[in-house]
Amino acid sequence: MAKLIGCIGTSHIPAIGGAIHKGLQQDPYWKPFFDGFPPIREWLGKVKPDVVVIFYNDHGLNFFLDKMPTFAVGAAPQYNTADEGWGIPVLPPFKGELDLSWQIINTLVEKEFDIVTCQEMLVDHACTLPLKLFWPEGECPVTVVPICINTVQFPLPKASRVYAMGKAVGEAIAAWDSDKTVAVIGSGGLSHQLDGERAGHINKAFDLQFMESLLSNPEWATQFSIHELVEKTGTQGVELLMWLAMRAALTPGKGSGVRKVHSNYHIPISNTATGLLALEKVD
Amino acid sequence: MASNHPLPAIAGTTLFDGEQAKKGYALNKMCFSFNSADNRAEFQQDEEAYMRKYRLTEPQAAAIRARNVLQLIAAGGNAYYLAKFAGIFGLDMQDIGAQQTGLTKDEFKARLVAAGK
Repeated sequence: MAKLIGCIGTSHIPAIGGAIHKGLQQDPYWKPFFDGFPPIREWLGKVKPDVVVIFYNDHGLNFFLDKMPTFAVGAAPQYNTADEGWGIPVLPPFKGELDLSWQIINTLVEKEFDIVTCQEMLVDHACTLPLKLFWPEGECPVTVVPICINTVQFPLPKASRVYAMGKAVGEAIAAWDSDKTVAVIGSGGLSHQLDGERAGHINKAFDLQFMESLLSNPEWATQFSIHELVEKTGTQGVELLMWLAMRAALTPGKGSGVRKVHSNYHIPISNTATGLLALEKVD
Repeated sequence: MASNHPLPAIAGTTLFDGEQAKKGYALNKMCFSFNSADNRAEFQQDEEAYMRKYRLTEPQAAAIRARNVLQLIAAGGNAYYLAKFAGIFGLDMQDIGAQQTGLTKDEFKARLVAAGK
């Protein structure tokens, strides 16, 4: 059976793509953000995942309001990036992991998650930036299964539902008949709000408590409604749902414990409180 | 039938729900089209013709002409799509944040930095 080794949550911001492109990692503005990554790369170099499952939210690249799935699972042999409107560089395609895509799709539907499946799927910065941050050099060494969670149009799926979906994905990975090593990524948040008179809203206390909860009490955030999460973390802070799905994937079965590999938290990049957290599954 | 909103409003925040999604469809569809560089160029060549092509409502067209983010949101715009409109003018999220909060960009950035203390 496949081996699920751990998870990494990170923020995604288009400007990060620009900073990587321009080589600004040591620039005083960017350094506190990029400095979070070397310990995680070191860990990834040791545990060497073959495949990553990425929970992310599309920002109007692949999905428009004509068809807006709540949960969409990628089942493509490769995932292309494209112009998102701001001219950040288009990246080479990322390789898919079809067998795991269908393992996850079959498991989710069996468990009554009525998902959308995508044999073609453009992936945006939310999906690709974590890969560039974790594996900055050369070709991406992992294959990917992207899972998109709607944060564009309300109603959004409840935190408890997202948690349950993430848990089911973890069960699908654990039952995958493969000798491959799998990691899970959650890409989004943490607190930020781009729109309205409350633009710039950030909630450091909540973010830190949320990150801590993923270590000790991963269901903590499921006590909140979406409305409460938006009120606390901002209209885009609610992207923390990605982290919740990611963490839930590590909970099933025996050996549900985790060990913290590394974390970082920095305010601000663009309008966002950036979080970074890697957890290793401990059997 | 209008949907009910039994939940308390969040100050300074418009949730992009079904009402907003219906109201803003044309505007958001136009902004979605700005993923393509050709479409961005076509818009810049003749904004009025481009807005007619996407059948923007008068309040939506007025908000586009005014480059006013709060008006765009009031007209049904969604932040993720509006960001593509802002990108045409090289505006980043801190420009957008400053405009919506009535602060200068430096004041807005200082507020963000203060949130990290």
